[in-house]
Amino acid sequence: MMKITNLRVNVGGKEILKGVGLEVKPGEVVAVMGPNGSGKSTLAFALAGHPKYEIVKSKNSKVKSKNIELGGKVLDEMSPDERANEGLFLANQYPVAISGLTVNSFLYQLYKKRNPEGKGMKLIEFRAWIEKQAELLELNPDLLKRGLNDGFSGGEKKKLEILQLIVFNPKQVILDEIDSGLDVDALKRIAKTVALVAKQRKIGVLVITHYNRILKYLIPDRVIVLKGGLIVRSGTGELAVKIEKDGYKNEN
Amino acid sequence: MTRFAPIKDTKPEDTNYSPGEYKYGFSMPENYVFKAERGLNEKVVRMISAMKKEPLWMAEYRLHAYKLFLDKPMPDFGADLSGIDFDNIFYYIKPSERTEKKWEDVPADIKNTYDRLGIPEAEKQYLGGVKAQYESEVVYGSLINRLSDMGIIFCGMDEALIKYPELVKEYFGKIIPSADNKFAALNSAVWSGGSFIYVPKGVKVDLPLQAYFRINSANMGQFERTLIIVDEGAYVHYVEGCTAPIYTTDSLHSAVVEIFVKKNARCRYTTIQNWSTNVYNLVTKRARVEEDGVMEWIDGNLGSKVTMKYPAVFLVGKRAHGEILSVAVAGNGQHQDAGGKCVHLASDTTSRIISKSISLRGGRASYRGLIRMNKGASNSRSKVVCDALILDKTSRSDTYPVNKIDENNVVLEHEATVSKIGEEQLFYLMSRGFEEHEAEAMIVNGFIEPIVKELPMEYSLELNRLINLQMEGSVG
Repeated sequence: MMKITNLRVNVGGKEILKGVGLEVKPGEVVAVMGPNGSGKSTLAFALAGHPKYEIVKSKNSKVKSKNIELGGKVLDEMSPDERANEGLFLANQYPVAISGLTVNSFLYQLYKKRNPEGKGMKLIEFRAWIEKQAELLELNPDLLKRGLNDGFSGGEKKKLEILQLIVFNPKQVILDEIDSGLDVDALKRIAKTVALVAKQRKIGVLVITHYNRILKYLIPDRVIVLKGGLIVRSGTGELAVKIEKDGYKNEN
Repeated sequence: MTRFAPIKDTKPEDTNYSPGEYKYGFSMPENYVFKAERGLNEKVVRMISAMKKEPLWMAEYRLHAYKLFLDKPMPDFGADLSGIDFDNIFYYIKPSERTEKKWEDVPADIKNTYDRLGIPEAEKQYLGGVKAQYESEVVYGSLINRLSDMGIIFCGMDEALIKYPELVKEYFGKIIPSADNKFAALNSAVWSGGSFIYVPKGVKVDLPLQAYFRINSANMGQFERTLIIVDEGAYVHYVEGCTAPIYTTDSLHSAVVEIFVKKNARCRYTTIQNWSTNVYNLVTKRARVEEDGVMEWIDGNLGSKVTMKYPAVFLVGKRAHGEILSVAVAGNGQHQDAGGKCVHLASDTTSRIISKSISLRGGRASYRGLIRMNKGASNSRSKVVCDALILDKTSRSDTYPVNKIDENNVVLEHEATVSKIGEEQLFYLMSRGFEEHEAEAMIVNGFIEPIVKELPMEYSLELNRLINLQMEGSVG
């Protein structure tokens, strides 16, 4: 389970998140919605441990802060790789390109990282398996021979994030506006894949989005509305439908 | 270095040398024992030639080159060479008399690297300079038999001079005359070791010829001299050096490599140097390419204190093509001044230089290149791409491209990028569970991948692992 308690985050000295608390249980899907500038992406980066997103510590310095917990471990002081190794996976809105690092090689290194000590598939088995997974995502397997996200279209990048998610096999995933810039077919494919994988493997899903449309295929157990760095409302899937219709202006 | 400026006043006999007298002074008593001594003078040059029982012309060639070496100024560009003490260098040591070092004397970091790379024990001893001989007779012997059946000559340069004197004389020093530069002159005076390859017309060698197989013949000497002749329509790939660090206490490595690519022939020459960081590595490499011929230099510089090396291609025949792929890694205390030169002398010739440099931990990497298109090189094209990756604030990268164009109808493209490892790239990879140094190594390996993929597989794997080790050291 991921537990966020009174999370306050500064970016460049400015407080963006002003005390956010929420929980995501294994296999549960929680949607975070909110207007531009509400702090949604800040939440994603702060959870993953990006150094620019600084957790504001409690004034009482005697108490060790416990703002972010995953599977009973406190992540607050951990570096991004340590958090990842606790089972946290961030699917990015803007995946970064690394030329010359082939997708195939990267994915296998990722697989080895998550399945150490000679367990699991050999390279040749892995290659066959990953091609199959790419096909299921409707991602052209030829892309696996290219540099990581290098010259990929928006849709291809997002699908590759999901392919990494499948290889990574996390406890908890954060989807940061994974639906932005996707055509309807790609959106559907990605959302359905995440829903299936999360259900099968009991992965907690925090899906950050502007729009209801992804939630039609990745059905949330709860919807949370973030505005001005605070949670202003929470409810069931109905809330997302209502927001799509009426906007955020009534959410206070 | 100023020690060499007023040389004419120091030793009159050096400048009064005349070839006529030489042949009388040349013969040595049978029981002459060569005593290795530091420093260079005419006597040492004569002794080197005598020890090798060389033909007279070579002895004369050496002595003439020695004079040129004294007269030539130090290069007025590139790296700082003031640390070279020419008087404190052994210019020739008989292979059998090489004093063997003790394994205990090999620096711990180098030993550690051997272990991490999984280098076999026998090779470790050789690379660490502990053993002068590397037991590879079996591999080497069968390879040589196969090659000689195809009419290929592949032997040490010293051996070639004795066995094939006419062939050597026809080509030796013809692309890199001893007057070319101070270090080419030095090599011409004191050269020892190196490879000689002749590939007959139409013969294509399907496996790379590696100096590694014959390192027992003192190939990786300080002043090696390599000569490769690829006759019409033939092909050869020669690989020199190795990715594992070579520990040596010799502080100067100054080689000369000359390559003749005849009509329709192709030669690929791959070098990976990883000298220990006390070495000045000053090498002159040049190829002459005839009509429809192709020359490819693949040049990797990882080690040494200072490297100055600009493999050159002279495109003398129509439609000849030259290619230089260069990768340099400059770490703490290192200056890699590398690049390439393409000289277009005939029409419809093409060339391409791709240079990738990485500087880290205060290292300095420079790209220095020349594209020259002479009158008559009409309809020629050249493309230069140099990319630099700087890993930290204390490191430095420079680019010194020179273009000389005397023909109108030509195309020259130049692209250069300088980049730093971005925080976003690091975060992205770290958020996948990779430690910072692993993430850095992934980015660096990706950066040099276009060149690494051209290397023979065992080299590319070892190079990737070396980069990983270096990153581990830079972060941790």
